[in-house]
Amino acid sequence: MTGVDIGSARAPTLAERLGIDRSVAIAFGCILLILAGGAMYSREFLSPEYLLQQLQVGAFLGIIASGAMMVILLGHIDLSIPWVVTLGAMMATAMVGWGGAAGVWLCIPFGVFCGAVIGVLNGLGVAYLRLPSMIFTLGMNAVVQGLMVLHTGGFAPLDQATEAMHFIAVQRSLFGIPNALFVWALVGCFVIYVLKRTAFGRAVYAVGNRESAAYLSGVNTNRVLIGCFAFSGAMAAFAGVLLAGYSNKAYQNMGDAYLLPAIAAVVLGGTNILGGRGNYLGTIAGVILITLLQSILSVMQMPEAGRQVIYGCVIIGMLLIYGRSAKARS
Amino acid sequence: MHDRKPYLELKQISKRYGGVAALTDVDFSVYPGEIQAVLGENGAGKSTLIKIASGVTDPTEGEVLIEGKPVRFKSPTEAMRAGVVCVFQELSLLPEMTVADNLSIVDPPKWFGMIDAKGQRERARSLLKRVGCEDVHPLELVRDLPLSRRQMVEIAKALGRNPRILILDEATSALTADDVERVYGIIRELKASGVGILYVSHRMREIEALADTATVFRNGRKIETFPKGARSVDAIIEMMIGREVTHQYPEKPQPAADRSVALAAAHLAWGREIQDISFTLRKGEIVGLGGLDGQGQRELLLALFGVLKGVSGTVAVDGKPLMLDGPRKAMQAPLPMALIPEDRKTEGLMLPMSVRDNMTLAALPRLAGRFGVDADKENAAVQLMVDRLRVKTPDLLAPVSALSGGNQQKVVLAKWLMTEPGIILLNDPTRGIDVGTKQEIYRLMRELANQGAAILFYSTDYAELIGCCDRVLVIYDGRIRRELAGDELNERNLLQSALNIDATEQAA
Amino acid sequence: MTSSGVRRGALGNWRFWLAHNSGVLTAAVLFLAMFTLYISNHSAGLTPAVATTAANKAVLLALVAMAQTLPVLTRGLDLSVGMVFVMANCIASVIVVGTVGEGMLGILAVLAIGALAGFINGAIVVWGRLQPIITTLATGAVYYGISLFVRPGPGGDVQSDIADLLTGQVFDVIPAALVVLLVVVLVVWIPYRRSVLGRAAYAVGSNEQAAYMSGVPVQRAKLLAYTLAGLLASIAGLMLTFNTYSGEASAPIAGSYTLNSIAAVVIGGTSLFGGWGSAIGSIFGAFVLRTIEDLLFVFDLPPLWQPLFQGVVLLIAVSLGAYRILRVRNRLELFS
Repeated sequence: MTGVDIGSARAPTLAERLGIDRSVAIAFGCILLILAGGAMYSREFLSPEYLLQQLQVGAFLGIIASGAMMVILLGHIDLSIPWVVTLGAMMATAMVGWGGAAGVWLCIPFGVFCGAVIGVLNGLGVAYLRLPSMIFTLGMNAVVQGLMVLHTGGFAPLDQATEAMHFIAVQRSLFGIPNALFVWALVGCFVIYVLKRTAFGRAVYAVGNRESAAYLSGVNTNRVLIGCFAFSGAMAAFAGVLLAGYSNKAYQNMGDAYLLPAIAAVVLGGTNILGGRGNYLGTIAGVILITLLQSILSVMQMPEAGRQVIYGCVIIGMLLIYGRSAKARS
Repeated sequence: MHDRKPYLELKQISKRYGGVAALTDVDFSVYPGEIQAVLGENGAGKSTLIKIASGVTDPTEGEVLIEGKPVRFKSPTEAMRAGVVCVFQELSLLPEMTVADNLSIVDPPKWFGMIDAKGQRERARSLLKRVGCEDVHPLELVRDLPLSRRQMVEIAKALGRNPRILILDEATSALTADDVERVYGIIRELKASGVGILYVSHRMREIEALADTATVFRNGRKIETFPKGARSVDAIIEMMIGREVTHQYPEKPQPAADRSVALAAAHLAWGREIQDISFTLRKGEIVGLGGLDGQGQRELLLALFGVLKGVSGTVAVDGKPLMLDGPRKAMQAPLPMALIPEDRKTEGLMLPMSVRDNMTLAALPRLAGRFGVDADKENAAVQLMVDRLRVKTPDLLAPVSALSGGNQQKVVLAKWLMTEPGIILLNDPTRGIDVGTKQEIYRLMRELANQGAAILFYSTDYAELIGCCDRVLVIYDGRIRRELAGDELNERNLLQSALNIDATEQAA
Repeated sequence: MTSSGVRRGALGNWRFWLAHNSGVLTAAVLFLAMFTLYISNHSAGLTPAVATTAANKAVLLALVAMAQTLPVLTRGLDLSVGMVFVMANCIASVIVVGTVGEGMLGILAVLAIGALAGFINGAIVVWGRLQPIITTLATGAVYYGISLFVRPGPGGDVQSDIADLLTGQVFDVIPAALVVLLVVVLVVWIPYRRSVLGRAAYAVGSNEQAAYMSGVPVQRAKLLAYTLAGLLASIAGLMLTFNTYSGEASAPIAGSYTLNSIAAVVIGGTSLFGGWGSAIGSIFGAFVLRTIEDLLFVFDLPPLWQPLFQGVVLLIAVSLGAYRILRVRNRLELFS
C-alpha cells in the first residue's frame, strides 16, 4: 500500500471476508438455539444420524433456495417454483417412457432442462416486457400447472423414479453422507463461485442494487435477469427430480410445500428481499434453520396449524429485527 | 422600511448535506404584502432555502419563525397549515388523478362526510378561472395536460390553500407569454391582499417587473437584500458571480484546431428537449455545455450515450457512424465512451456495494481470466486507481455509502477510467462536492485531455466552465444558442446568453 | 350560466367519465358478451336457478378481487387475501351457528377478525416497513395456520336460515348473492372511493412522494386499504361458508383465489403500478374469469385442457400491463 491517504487502510476481518453480517450471525444463533432447545427435549437431537437426516431433507430445500436466492438478489421473486418443482419431477419420470433406454440416461437432464425453459420465459417477461416478476411468475405457475394436469391426465405417463434418481436422492455412498447433500454442496459451490468470482455474479448484485446504474455501466441487465430466472427454474426442477427420487414417484402438488420455505430461507439468511445484498452462507443458514424448525415442530408433534403460525411469525419477527438493526446502523 | 412584522422569518439558518454546506448562517424574512425576488446562480442555496421554509427538510442549525413564534415543520402539511405554500419546481401533482381531485387533495368540500364531487368540480372551475385556465376541464387527468397547463394547475392548487406566504420556485419556466402575464396579475392581486411572495427566477426582466425587494445568494450565503431599483442589472450579475476567484484551474494549452475530430454530432433532435443540435468534439479538447439548468444539456449527454429512445440525427465517432443504442454500444465505439451521470447516488453507484465492486463494474470483463475474476489482478487495478485519484477510503471493501460525496464521485470517475475511454461525457460532476476535490477533478480532466481524450462537460457552475473549458456551447431551450471561446468566454457573456438576453437589449 | 353552457358542461362530464372508466366498461362489455354466449349455449337458458348458481360462484371471486384491489391501488399487494378468505370460512363454520340471532353475532365476529387480519398486514407494512409481498406471504401462513387450528378437517354446521337466504333468490328471481355484492359496493366501496382516505390511496399509488408533498395522509391511507382488504376477504369467506354450509382449511383454494384475484384486478383495468383503477372493474374481471370456466364447460372443452387454458388466459391478462413500455422515451425510466 503506497497511497498516503489510505495509510490507515485495514485488512478486512475474517467475518467480512466470509460475508458474515449481523443477520447471518442471528440466523446461526437461532440454529444453535433450536438445537439446544431440542437437546433438552430429547438427546436424539444432537446425534450425528439425526443431523445428517435433517441435512438430507434440507438439501432439497437448499437446492430450490439456491435458485430463489439468485432471483431475490436481483430484487425479483420467482413464484412459479411450486409447479416447476412438479414439472421437473414429472418430465424426468415421463422421459423414461418416451426415451426408452436413452430416456433412463436423459431423464435427469431433461427434467432440469424443462425447468430452465420455464425460467427463461419468466426472465423474458420480466426483462423485456418489464412486468412485475411477482405477477408474471404467478401467471407462469398457473400455465405450468395447466400443462401438468394435461400431462398426467391425458397421456398417462410413467411416474416412477429411476434407479439413478433414487440413488442421488436417498442413498449414501461416501462416509455415510447422503448423496443429496453432495448435490447441494455442488450447487452451493457453483453459486458461490458465480457470485464471488464472475462478472455475471457482480452484475447480479449491481442489478439488484440499482439497475439503472448497472445499465449505465454497460451491464447487459436483461441477460442477467434471464440468466437468474433460468437458474431458478432449473434448480426448482432439479429439486423436483430429486424429490421424485426420494418418494419414488412424481405427483401433483408435490412442489406446493416448498415456495414459502424457500423464500423464507433466503430472506432469513439475510438476503434483502429488495435485492442487492446477501450471501450464500446466509442462505445455508436459512435453509438449516427452516429445516430444523420444521423438524422440531413435527417431533414435538405440533399440529400443522401451529407450524404454519410459528412459521409466519418467525419470518415476520426476524425480518423486523433485521430491519431494526439496519436502521440502527444507518 | 417595513412598519409591520415579518410573517416568515429564518434566523441563522445553516444546512449541511453530509459534509457539504448548502446554506450557511442565513437570516431571511418575508413581510406580508411584499414581493421578494430570490436571485443566485445554480447551487447558490435558493432551493435549500425554499425546502426549509416549506417544511420539506429540516435546517441543520437555526430556527424558523412564523409571526415571531418559533416553529418546527415536520412535513409540508404543517407548513401549509401555517400558511406557507410552495409551488414546487418538480411538480407535486398526481398524474393519474383529475385536475379537480388534485386541486382539492386535502380538505375537499364534503357532503355527508364524503367528497362532494360536484362541489369539488365547481371549486376547481373557479380556481382555474382565477388563473385563466378556463380551457382546462376539471375532470381532465393531469397526466394528459401539457407541461405549461400543469404548471398553471400547480399554481391554482397553491392558491386554493389560501397562502399567507406563497413561494414560487421557477414557476414560470414552462409558461407561455400570456400565462406569465396572468401569473403576474395574480401575484399583484395577492400582494394587495397582504400575502407575502417569495419569487425565485432566473429571468432578470421578471424581477424588474415584479419585485419590491431582491435578495442575492451566492455559495450558500446571503449576500444582500435591497429594494428594487437600488442596483443595476450589471451590479446584480456581479453580485451573483462574486468577485473573488475561489477556484484554481489548471492551465489551458493553446487551442489546436488541427487535431482530429473525436465525435461529430449532426442535427440531433429528441422531443422538446433537444432541437437540431450539431457540434464537433476534438481529441484533447474540453468542451463545456452551458446555460440554465434544464435546457436540454442532460438529455444531450444521455442521447450521445444511447440511453434515449427515438433520437434523430447522426453521431460519428472517429469518423465512423455510431448507433445510439445503449451504453454497451457506446462503450464499444472506436473511441470508447464513458458517461459520468447526473445523479451519482442512483445512476453512478451501487451505494451499499464496496469501493472495489463499484470501481470495476464497467471494466470487469477485462479483468476476468479463464476461471473468472482474478482477485489479485482486480485488487491491484483498484489500488492503482485509489492511489491515482487519491480516494480516501478505509479499505477497498468498504461500502461506497460510507465515503464522502467527493470520494464517491472519484469512485465513479475511477470506474470509467478503468475502461480507458476516448470520449468522456461529464454531467455536472462537481455538484455538491468540496472545493478540494473539485480542483482535483479539474486537474484530472485536463490531464486526460492532454493524453488525447475528448471531453464534453456539462456544469451548472459558470466559473467552472470558464476555468476548465476550451470552448463552451450555451444551450437555451434545446438549441445551441451561442458558442463561446477564447476571450469571449467570460462570466458576463455566459450569463447573458444563458438568460437569453442580447447584448444590445441589455444596453438599451 | 346559460342552459347551453350547462348542457355542454354535463356532456363534457360524460366524456371524461367514459374515458376514466374505459377499463371497467371494457371488462363489463367483455363479461356481458361472454355471459350472453354462455346462456345462449346453455341447455336451460337464463333461468333463476342457472343465474343463481353462476352468481354464487362468481360473487366469491368478485369479493376477493375487490379486496385485492385496495392494496394494489396503493402500489402494494396482498398475497394473503386467499388465506384470509379461507380463514373466515373456517371460523364462520364454527361460530355462525345456532339461532339466527347468534348467527348474526357470529357474522359480525368473522368480519371483525377479517378486518383485524388486514389491519395487521397494514401495520407491518406501514410501521414495520417490510415489503407487502413478503409480509403478506408470511401472514398468509399464519392465517392458514389459524384456519387449520379451528377446522382441522372439513366440516361444520352453519346456521342454515341465513345461508339459504343469502345464497337463494330474492323474490324468486334475483340471485341473493348479487344483492349482497351490491350492498357491499354501496356500503363499503362507494363511501370509501369518495372518502378523503380512499382518494389518498389513489394518490399514494400514483406518486407517493408528490402525495406526501401535497399533504396527503400516506400512512393512514395504506393502513385503511389493507384493513378493508381483510374485511372484504372475510365477507367473501362468509359467502363461501353459506354456499357450502361448511368450512375447509384448503391451501389450494386459498392459493387459487389469491392468484385469480390478481388476474381479475388486472382484467378489470386496475394498474398493478398503483393509482389507477376501481374495485368495480375487479368485480367484472372476476365475472369474466368465472364465465371463461363456464364457457369451457358448455363448449365441451375437455376438462383436462381447462386449467391450461385458464393459465394461459391469466398470463396474457397480466401481460397486458406491458403496453406502458411503448411510451418510454428514456430507457432509464424502464428501471423505475
